[in-house]
This record gives sequence, C-alpha cells and structure tokens, in this order.
Amino acid sequence: MAMKFEKKSDGVYLLDCKGYVCPHPQIYTKKALEKLKPGDVLELVFDNASSSETITAMMDAAGHEIVEQKHEGGQYIWKIRKVA
Amino acid sequence: MEDAVNAKNRRWALGIIGFFALVSVATYAYSEYYLYLSAYLWFGLIYGMCLQYGRFCFASAFRDLFAVGVPRMVVGIMIATVLFGLVSAFVSATGMSTFHAAPTGVHATIAGLIFGVGMVFAGGCASGSLYKAGEGKGVAMIVILSISVTQAIFVDIGGWFNKLVPDAWRASAIAKKLPPSVTVTDGWVDQYLAGYVWNQPIRKFSKLLGMTDTSLSGAFIGDFLVGVVIPATILLLIVYFFWYRKGYRKKHHPGAAGATSLRQEATGYWTMIMSSKRTAIAGLVLGIACGLQMFVIEGLRIKYGVKNAGPLLSKMGFDFGLSVKGTVFDPGYWYVTTQEAQWVGWILQKLGWDNMDNIFFGLNNGIPNPAINPADWMSLALIGGAAVMALLQNEFKWSKPTWELATWAIIGGALMGIGSRLGLGCNVGAFFVRVAMGDTSGWLFGIGMIGGAYIGVKFFNWWTERKLAKEMASVQF
Repeated sequence: MAMKFEKKSDGVYLLDCKGYVCPHPQIYTKKALEKLKPGDVLELVFDNASSSETITAMMDAAGHEIVEQKHEGGQYIWKIRKVA
Repeated sequence: MEDAVNAKNRRWALGIIGFFALVSVATYAYSEYYLYLSAYLWFGLIYGMCLQYGRFCFASAFRDLFAVGVPRMVVGIMIATVLFGLVSAFVSATGMSTFHAAPTGVHATIAGLIFGVGMVFAGGCASGSLYKAGEGKGVAMIVILSISVTQAIFVDIGGWFNKLVPDAWRASAIAKKLPPSVTVTDGWVDQYLAGYVWNQPIRKFSKLLGMTDTSLSGAFIGDFLVGVVIPATILLLIVYFFWYRKGYRKKHHPGAAGATSLRQEATGYWTMIMSSKRTAIAGLVLGIACGLQMFVIEGLRIKYGVKNAGPLLSKMGFDFGLSVKGTVFDPGYWYVTTQEAQWVGWILQKLGWDNMDNIFFGLNNGIPNPAINPADWMSLALIGGAAVMALLQNEFKWSKPTWELATWAIIGGALMGIGSRLGLGCNVGAFFVRVAMGDTSGWLFGIGMIGGAYIGVKFFNWWTERKLAKEMASVQF
C-alpha cells in the first residue's frame, strides 16, 4: 500500500501511512504539517506502533495539538491541528 | 467487540508464555542441561517484552533525533546502558562476568557507519527488527532474513575477494598458525580477522586508568563511571542543548529570552530524561536484566563445570556443528546477529556448502542445529516476548510488506549484516554491551553508527520529500 495524501474538505487533509514502518510515518507527518496552514487539521492514519510514541513527542515539541486519537485493531487514526 | 478482541489477544499471549514454559519443563525433564538453554530463553522473553513496551529501537535513537528532532530513544538507550553498566560493574567485581572485550580500532567505527546506514534503511536495528517481527511486521522478518543470509555468505566469501586482501593481513593471518581445518588464506573475512582485527589492542577504561576490571575501583570507577556515566551524560547534554532545550524553553519559559538559571536548565534536562516514561521504564528493566543474565549464565557454567555450551551440547548427544575447539556461540549475555548467521549457516551446510572452514563458524561459533542453539532460544523467545506484549496492548497485527519497504529491508539488512561482521557485533553486541562493560570499542562503533544514521536520514529526507511532492501535486491547498 502506497502512502496517500489528499484533501478531505476545506482545511482538512488525510495522510495515510498504513503499511509503513519507521521512519516513514513520522517523516511524512512532519513534512505534511510543514505544508499546511495554521489551523488546518491533518487526519493521520498509520499502523506502526513505534511511530505513535515518536509522533506524540514531535507534536509536543512543535506545539501542534492532537485533537483526537483512535486505536483500533492495530491501526491508529489521529487528528492533528497545526498550531503555528 | 473490543473486549472480545482483548480476550482473544490475552489467550494468545498466555498461550505463548505457556508454550515457552512447556518447552522449559519438558526439555529439563529430558536432560537437566537444557536448563542452560532455558536461561537464555527466559531472558530473551524479558528482552522482547521490554523492547516492545518501550518501542525500544536503537535505529530510532539517532534517526528520530536527526529526522524529526525527537530525543526520547537516545534517552532510553542511555538509561538502559547506564543501568546495565551499573549491574555489570557489580558482576565484574564479583568475578562473574562472561564478557570478553573486543579489539579496538578504526574498523569498529567503519563497521558502525555501515551498520548505521543499514538500520535506517531497514526501519529498525538488529534487535528492533526482532521485536517488530513479534508485532507481526512482515518487513521486519525480511530484515532478519537479509541480515542472516548476508552474514552467512559474507563470512565465507573467498575466491575473487581474496585479491582484495592486503599482503600484510594475509601474512599475519598465516602466522597465527590456525588449525588446518580453517583455510585462513581463503576468505576475506578470515584474513580481516586473523590478519588485522586480532592485532588491534584490547582496551577497557579500567585498564587505561591502570586498574584491573575485576577490582571494585576498576569496575565501578574505571569501566562504569568513566566509561559509561560520564560519556552518556555528555552525550545527553549535547542532545539537550542542540535538540531539546529550545522547545522546552519555548513551552515552559516563554518569556525568558535571555539567560536561564542553572536550576531551570537542570529541570529541563530532567524533563527530557523523563519525557517518555515507557521508554525510561523499558530501559531500566532492560539494563538490569542484561546484567543479571551474565550472573545467571556464569552461575550455570560453574554449576555444570563448563566454560561454553559446546561440552553441554556434546553431553546432550549433539556433536554436529561444534567448532574445531568443541565450542559453540555462547556469549553469556544479550546478543543478536551471530545466531542469525548461524541458522542460515546451518541450512547452507545442510544444502552442501562447506562453511566450517572459516574462522567465524569453524573456529569460533560452530553451526549447531538451531533447535539446540542457546542464542537462538534467546532470539526466538525475544520475538515471542514482543508478541506477548503487543497482544496485551492490542498492537499485534500481521502486515505484509510493500515492495518499496521490502527493497529497503533487504538493502538495510544486508548492510547491517556486513557491518555486524566487520564490527564483531550489532547495535547490541558491538555497542550496547561493550559500552556498558567499559570496552572502548563500543563507543567507537557507536560513533560510526551515529554517522551512519545521519547519512541514512539525509537519504530518506530526500526520498520522502520527492514522494510527498508527487502525492501533493494534485492537491489544492
């Protein structure tokens, strides 16, 4: 499964990194957030458990807000609001 | 629904632990010497659980630092190393250490560099790939296979590659007068080992300071304080000032544009240490378990009157695959890559490849049947332990690798395999264990590994940028 990035609606974007292991989900997340505007939401989908710790730390350091976190059947669906 | 999944996962987790318990009890009932293999097994299980719980991967340590500025794993690894170093100092001072220091030289850094690039490409280090295989990740299984096959071939490769061996190495290797069954002039790695590596000095911090490593002062001051604590503290200070401090100050002291007090800096440093509780806890348990394993294995060696598992395997009726010295690979502590090379070496031998004429298999480690190889029991249990923890946390998921990831896994695994054999170990055997034991070659391997991780990250930054730009081309922001 290839990485997918698409616009879902105004200010809401989907980054699907399912099937990818480290470091891909965290690098794609960082790069995707760099392209978004403050206030935009990135819906991030991944299934690599170890990326979850790193992405949490990344968001904490950068100040972006994780507004929703779901974890079902080994799959993570997070919504991240870009702050600045 | 979720409860049903959790209950099913718990049953599987218990089933895995039950299986290992059954193996231990049944084999012990057959022969008491299997207790030696079971000791490896249960430590492997603990390692697997710790690694999965803390998402403990040496590859992610410097990769995540360079790629996304996250220091949590560098911190976790340093905590584990310091704890392991402390327990190891105690083990060394009581004369129960199973550790043998490695020759120190520039080869360790070059090996670390190759290994470091490989671990970033592969998406995990040697031990990280084992625990990720326990999470059901197909790509990690490919990495393990690639590391294993590459090593098994690399250590026996001769022919045209003999032409690449410097004359001085060849002459020095011949002068070692190895047993005739080891054809030391046929094989690049053989001549590298006997003609170059073995000529390098063995240095521990205790000895550099004029102490013996079995003395209290040598073990605790030389090898632990000077060899582990001080370098680890300096490394973490560098990480704090270059990667963590800016974000910490922005978040906790937004108004402090100028100088901050020493107290504030110390609080920031401690916050970084405790930023990932999971990783810190895993590091703590891992460090203690690693030290205890040396103690337990040495105790069993004393109990059975042996210095290596080879004679035990002979007593158990297995004499195939022992080295010319009657030994097998039996490190007495956590190790990953040699046993991976052995199981492929064993298969290649069964297929007719004569690979007992080289130093790695024929002189030192042998190629025992994987079913009775102590270190293989440890690695298999490590995968099992990781699966147990992943199941309990609802994180187990079989996943097929994509062609893209499989390619990186094969390339990365091959580089890690080559790096491991050049450095006489991987991120665990050549870095973690050696650093904790005060062996200077551990830090040399580590420096190379950090450099390799940096190169790997530079490449992946370019690769992902290219792919994301293509994917975003049609998106209207």
